[in-house]
Amino acid sequence: MSVDLERTVSITVNGVPREATVPVRRLLSDALRHDLGLTGTHVGCEHGVCGACTVLVDGEPMRSCLLLAVQVDGRSVTTVEGLARDDGRGGQLLHPVQEAFRECHALQCGFCTPGFLTTIAAGLDARDNSVDITDDEVDELVGGNLCRCTGYANIKKAVRHAAATMKDPR
Amino acid sequence: MKPAPFRYADPGTLDEALAVLSHEGAGAKVLAGGQSLLPLLSMRLAAPTTLVDINRVPGLDTVEATGDGVRVGALVRHNALLRDVAAARVQPLLARATANVAHPAIRNRGTTVGSIAHADPSGEMTSVLALTDGSVTVATPSGTSDVGWRDLFVGPLETSLHGPAVVTSAFFPALPARSGTAFAEVARRKGDYAVCGAAVVLTLDDSRRVSSVRAAYLSVGLVPEVHDLTDAVAGKPVDSADWAAAGALARGLVEPDSDLHASADYRRHLVGVLTERTLAAAAAEAGTRR
Repeated sequence: MSVDLERTVSITVNGVPREATVPVRRLLSDALRHDLGLTGTHVGCEHGVCGACTVLVDGEPMRSCLLLAVQVDGRSVTTVEGLARDDGRGGQLLHPVQEAFRECHALQCGFCTPGFLTTIAAGLDARDNSVDITDDEVDELVGGNLCRCTGYANIKKAVRHAAATMKDPR
Repeated sequence: MKPAPFRYADPGTLDEALAVLSHEGAGAKVLAGGQSLLPLLSMRLAAPTTLVDINRVPGLDTVEATGDGVRVGALVRHNALLRDVAAARVQPLLARATANVAHPAIRNRGTTVGSIAHADPSGEMTSVLALTDGSVTVATPSGTSDVGWRDLFVGPLETSLHGPAVVTSAFFPALPARSGTAFAEVARRKGDYAVCGAAVVLTLDDSRRVSSVRAAYLSVGLVPEVHDLTDAVAGKPVDSADWAAAGALARGLVEPDSDLHASADYRRHLVGVLTERTLAAAAAEAGTRR
């Protein structure tokens, strides 16, 4: 059984296989930002409270500051950079949640936004959006992320807006 | 901050995990979900020499619900337990409490058994283990044993387990017949550590009179405590029992501490309010459960 101080990990990030050699104490959040150069994932409190660093691991929202990079070896990670899709014409199509954030002015300074986007996108992608979203569901979706600018009103508006646009399959 | 340097192993079997733990000695720590451990490392409140990650160990990610109770494996995430319909039928308190554990993103990774092994008196599942009179199964190099909750919790973030040991599962006995449960907590933000929380189990007799009331509280003592509140409402019909009297009894039994978030008096007040509120809900359920 190998007991290591450093390891090489292979992670599929936003659909692209990536590899990095990291100290085993490297947090996933730091590996994404420093080793892989994906600075869209923001680091706020670094102990799981603020939610800014939330990424999707095999599709499920998780705090990247509460995972070691070595723990996602072989897994698939989606960061905020991976939410948009190719539009087939060389450009990108924003995720409906990103569109809704723009539409509803759901961000001000933007620091917390990546964590909100990943969390809400995963939540709405997983639910049956032909059913109207309830206020409780909206609260649950945004309740684990801290935003100190908006007061949440526009973020909640954006969640409802995104859920409504995701009602009709595109 | 960042965690202090440590060594890392991710054994593929339980035997291998125990072997590494034995070899690495007292500085080694088991890593499961890591949702409590990683913050401790980043804040440098803990600095283990070696982390033994058990996430690759097979067979630890199952929930088994039988008539006797629910056995939860060491790698079952909070959200998996929350969604387990069979487990909720056997012991409804599990889903009710789990819904209050942190936020969905944390519940996707954090494990129920890990939060018990973490032994935080403000944790939901430590109190639920106590209230249901549950136990954990502990694997060591010399064999496997069951440890009841009373023998497990020693102090805040401290259990009786020493040396190389892996908690492989927790067992929560089934809710008895004619019984109801409820869970409620007060937190500054939903999902944050509770300022105070209450879990109750209430049992009725054949003629729908209260025969037993027990409660456990979060963030109140140094270890989970179970209080018997039966005396306040014994023999009273379920529809007209004075739950406030049980709340008053509970207020006198607990000895909460003051901290940054709440004074001892405020916590004692919450114990009364939450006891009354949860007992009313548990009574409604007990009335419908055969």
